[in-house]
Amino acid sequence: MSPAAASPVLAVRDADKRFGAVHALKGVSLEAFRGEVLALLGDNGAGKSTLVKCISGVHGLDGGEVLLDGERTALHSPAAARRAGIETVYQDLALFDNLTPAQNFYCGREIAGPRWLPRGLRFLNARAMDREAAAVIERLKVSLPRFDAPVALMSGGQRQAIAVARATVFARKVVILDEPTAALGLRESRKVLDLIAQLKAEGNAVILITHNMEHVVELADRAVVLRQGRKVGELRPSRDNQRQLVSMIVGAEV
Amino acid sequence: MAKSGGGNDGSVPTLPSRPRRIAETSAVALGLRLLAVGPLLILLLLVAVVGLLTPNFLKPINISNILAQTAVIAIVAIGQHLVILTRGIDLSVGANLALATVVGALAYRVTDSAALVMLAMLASGAAVGAVNGLVYVFGRLPHPFIITLATLSIARGVALEVAIGHTTMRGMPAEIAALGGGNLWGIPNSFFVVCAVVAIALIMVRAMVWGRWIYAVGGKPEAAVQMGIPVKWVLVSVYVISGVCAGVGAIVLAGRTEAGSPLYGNLLELDTIAAVIIGGASFLGGRGHIGHALVGAVMIGIIRNALNLLNVDAFFQMIAIGLIIVLAVEADVLRNHLEAKVRVLQAGRAP
Ligand SMILES: Nc1ncnc2c1ncn2[C@@H]1O[C@H](COP(=O)(O)OP(=O)(O)O)[C@@H](O)[C@H]1O
Ligand SMILES: [Mg+2]
Repeated sequence: MSPAAASPVLAVRDADKRFGAVHALKGVSLEAFRGEVLALLGDNGAGKSTLVKCISGVHGLDGGEVLLDGERTALHSPAAARRAGIETVYQDLALFDNLTPAQNFYCGREIAGPRWLPRGLRFLNARAMDREAAAVIERLKVSLPRFDAPVALMSGGQRQAIAVARATVFARKVVILDEPTAALGLRESRKVLDLIAQLKAEGNAVILITHNMEHVVELADRAVVLRQGRKVGELRPSRDNQRQLVSMIVGAEV
Repeated sequence: MAKSGGGNDGSVPTLPSRPRRIAETSAVALGLRLLAVGPLLILLLLVAVVGLLTPNFLKPINISNILAQTAVIAIVAIGQHLVILTRGIDLSVGANLALATVVGALAYRVTDSAALVMLAMLASGAAVGAVNGLVYVFGRLPHPFIITLATLSIARGVALEVAIGHTTMRGMPAEIAALGGGNLWGIPNSFFVVCAVVAIALIMVRAMVWGRWIYAVGGKPEAAVQMGIPVKWVLVSVYVISGVCAGVGAIVLAGRTEAGSPLYGNLLELDTIAAVIIGGASFLGGRGHIGHALVGAVMIGIIRNALNLLNVDAFFQMIAIGLIIVLAVEADVLRNHLEAKVRVLQAGRAP
């Protein structure tokens, strides 16, 4: 399962974040390893999304640091985080309803040339983008009704699958998924869980936020629990300690 | 974007697992397809009906007339369309055009060079557009409505001021007069100007990364930021392009009339917005293509022309255009409703 002696691809040290009077993160540390799913658990308002946004460049940290492959990395913007190899599937998906799956995949990172032109003035290589996107979709066994239709015409599960698949195209180190199955039915959730397993198999460090303990036990190699902005526990989830995990989350005694 | 970009559909593999289509799915799909071609159908219907009612309508000379009269609206509507794609609006285009014609007329007093006079008009248009874009984005305004309303007023005022009491400033270089008023084999030269603007716009929107970014910004601005698109500069550029289109419109109008005037372009902002919407682009941004702006511009041109031929009161033109706008906006609502339906049907499909 998790590579025992390997060094973490992502390490967060003493992360601290305030929103005015709200102290959302109070010195949280965690590590993520390649080929491992790390579940990030906690009640609503525990600080999970905030922590994830600090890693993916949406928020800056007030204290602490983020290390990628052991090196301190400044992530001032989502674009910088993506360049550093961190992909995020946001809770709201960040998909463009008016674009096709392939156009969504490459939005902001278009395959285009010639290189001496400024990025915005380059000419799109639509053929290459369609080909690559279709290959990824096929490799991940995502079934879409039409590949050339705008995402607006697709179901919640299909959209989620597209967002996850987009992350897999560019992920080089870390993939973060914020409640990827929250809005899905059973069958569509299954599909997304399979995609997560595949991301892991491909050697990414996966950070998964979810409220579904079944999913945690099934997929996660480790679980980190946050409560009121603090890390309150870390363990290997299994059927046997599922109850312990839940009481850690809600803060009750076992 | 009704049809996906690039004309490369042949290379896209059809994806597996396409179960039998439910009858409802195809009904909804048919509805969506009808909505997509609706404006074009209405245009053809309009041509047929007016052609039957007024024998003069389809005569080459009248068609040539319509093309010439529609040219300015079409050119400026293309810029307006790009702005609306990004969820914006440009109320200043009419005043911008007027100011550009005055600047052109003033330039002609200083130089005989047609190229320099044209450049002056384009630069004037671009400058007003740049003010719109920069103040909107870096002044952190919530919506471009107010700033373009302000520049509407400012540009018109500046035009009146620098025209020093003249309502028309006569005189344009012969080349510009030819561009706006001449014709080739009976086809007005302004029609070729429209074609050139369309070609350049198509390349920028369809083939260049910039065009993809416009759709992304209009589709979901927050996601565009998250995906690393320089949203602010995309927005500024769109208003500059809209201003340049107003400048091109100024060249055509000043050429046709061989004059500049601070009174030109009155209500052009409404005509161009109407053209974009009745052509079938979405007012909510992110949806539509240049064809929509053109179809809408031609529709407005034909309604004006036909009602003139039929000797119908000018007020009725305004009523007719207003009714078509309502129809177009409702079609947009219906389209969103049908798309939501498609999503539900998708979720219910067998895996
Ligand atoms: N942008 C923000 N501005 C102010 N407060 C915020 C912001 N984002 C999150 N918070 C607050 O920080 C705390 C943690 O929120 P969040 O990270 O979203 O929790 P979770 O994702 O675990 O449910 C909450 O009290 C929330 O209200
Ligand atoms: Mg959250």
